[in-house]
Amino acid sequence: MPDAPLEHPDQRRQPREGGEPPAPVPPPPAYEPILLRNIGIPDSHLLKTALSRGAYQGLKKAQAMAPEAVIEEVKKSGLRGRGGAGFPTGNKWSFVPKDKWPHYLIVNADESEPGTFKDRALIENDPHLLIEGTLIGAHALGAEVSYIYIRGEMVLGAKRLEAALAEARAAGLLGNRQIHVHRGAGAYICGEETGLLESLEGKRGYPRLKPPFPALVGAFGKPTVVNNVETLANLPAIFDKGVAWYRTIGTEKSPGPKIFCVSGHVRRPGNYEKPLGYPLEKLIYEDAGGLRPGRTLKALIPGGSSMPVLRADEVQGLTMDYEAVQARGSLLGSAGVIVMDDSTCMVRCLLNISRFYAHESCGQCTPCREGSTWLAKILGRIEAGQGEGGDLELLLDICDNIAGKTICPFGEATAWPVQSFVKRFRDDFAAHITQHRCPQRPAAVAASAR
Amino acid sequence: MAAFSPQALAEFQLILGRYPTKRAATLPTLHLAQREFGWISPEVMAYVAGLLELPPIKVYEVVTFYTMFHQKPVGRHVIEACATLPCALNGAEALLEHVEKRIGIRAGETTKDGRFTLKKAECMAACGGGPCLQVNGDYHEGMTPEKFDRLVAELA
Repeated sequence: MPDAPLEHPDQRRQPREGGEPPAPVPPPPAYEPILLRNIGIPDSHLLKTALSRGAYQGLKKAQAMAPEAVIEEVKKSGLRGRGGAGFPTGNKWSFVPKDKWPHYLIVNADESEPGTFKDRALIENDPHLLIEGTLIGAHALGAEVSYIYIRGEMVLGAKRLEAALAEARAAGLLGNRQIHVHRGAGAYICGEETGLLESLEGKRGYPRLKPPFPALVGAFGKPTVVNNVETLANLPAIFDKGVAWYRTIGTEKSPGPKIFCVSGHVRRPGNYEKPLGYPLEKLIYEDAGGLRPGRTLKALIPGGSSMPVLRADEVQGLTMDYEAVQARGSLLGSAGVIVMDDSTCMVRCLLNISRFYAHESCGQCTPCREGSTWLAKILGRIEAGQGEGGDLELLLDICDNIAGKTICPFGEATAWPVQSFVKRFRDDFAAHITQHRCPQRPAAVAASAR
Repeated sequence: MAAFSPQALAEFQLILGRYPTKRAATLPTLHLAQREFGWISPEVMAYVAGLLELPPIKVYEVVTFYTMFHQKPVGRHVIEACATLPCALNGAEALLEHVEKRIGIRAGETTKDGRFTLKKAECMAACGGGPCLQVNGDYHEGMTPEKFDRLVAELA
């Protein structure tokens, strides 16, 4: 059993290195969670618990409405996709043609962006919330068959979903609809929606050229919508409590709740559900317990490892909504907030990120397949103290030849970290090159780095 | 010749019923095959291809694309250690070194006695509990060298 860090991760966590005592628990927040509300309740994954907590009430209300009305309601709610792109969900649904059948709803549960761990928590602890959301979506789209594409590594999550689906089916909640769990098998690229569709069809997860978009030609050549787990988890509350209530949460342009995944150098990493537009500093210094004693913030990635990094001075006063993060030069993405304190070597961090993207490039497009590997090699050299003058220009040049020149956004995911790290922490990189070692570590350690 | 048990064949029939094409059953059938045979040998690939009425190359393409399909025999316990950034910020690299020393192999290898296979994994969506690792598919979060030693002692 995983000890998933949820509402009060501090209560379950071992003291961090150095053995400092856990920080005192802050007073209970005024905000009442909507998505994570059942987490921490005993047997939260079972149908009887879910029903006692009001599950499937939103579904009932949605099913009493015509599918078109359901789509209109979701448009009015302002719900935006929580997988990373932030596209309005109701609009996405309305692109599906009415004269081509069948329609498929695919749940993207391939959570794999480093720094993101919200969907796994939802699936393992509250599978009925996802099933209810999926059924609402399937009703709106007229999808008789839906697939939940879950990461292969989430063994417990898949088991819990299968069990919850069996319970829901036995209770008649599925009606004539089918929902199947489809396990991935280890490939970051299958989180990209067209790579996911290829994988669902039993192939390598090579993303498809768009257009045609999945709304017209998706799974098995049929009109398809791919929605993230957290997106669908918003639906039950929207229909149970209504759009007017929903829009009181968050901001005008970014309504609703959001699960922020805080990881890295904070005392209480974990999932924190807050309204969109929540102050970042409150999230880091109050909810997540702040940094370790004596440490100050150096850098922060606000939306999962593929999004541009920000310096500490750039996140002052930042609110966590799509518009505000973009205005600072990054993106909210999946809201995987990775915190780095002043002990961090930015070269080493970027090397780690670039090795990840080099490993996960699917290999379909030459700029990304070759370029991602070159980036990792050059960064490895700089980190090992063997950087040369001109390396930073070379890195940026390679990035220019990847971003925008590939079939899918993986190219940007590969380039953006490099571009932003080099731009915002150029001195750190230059010092590694001129001193031939990491200024923060003794030369011997740098040379033996893995 | 590799062949599914009657029970696995029944599961395979259930899998087929979920999809409009046979080919879509490739990933679930390979998961089933790995559970049955331990790893995906060329012989198993050919068997799965036969079941799905696909040329063997279509199955080979899939097996070699996804990291979870073992193309070599593995130990009784497969340990997958995450070393991606959020885990690395909290000591994953040192933990991996400790794991390698403790069980005496490098990432990517299997112990001679067939007890352990160690793999370096990419982000496993457990960043809030980093460093994390998986043993036989179960998550272990907030890992320390001491916790790992206790865990290993329980694995025969």
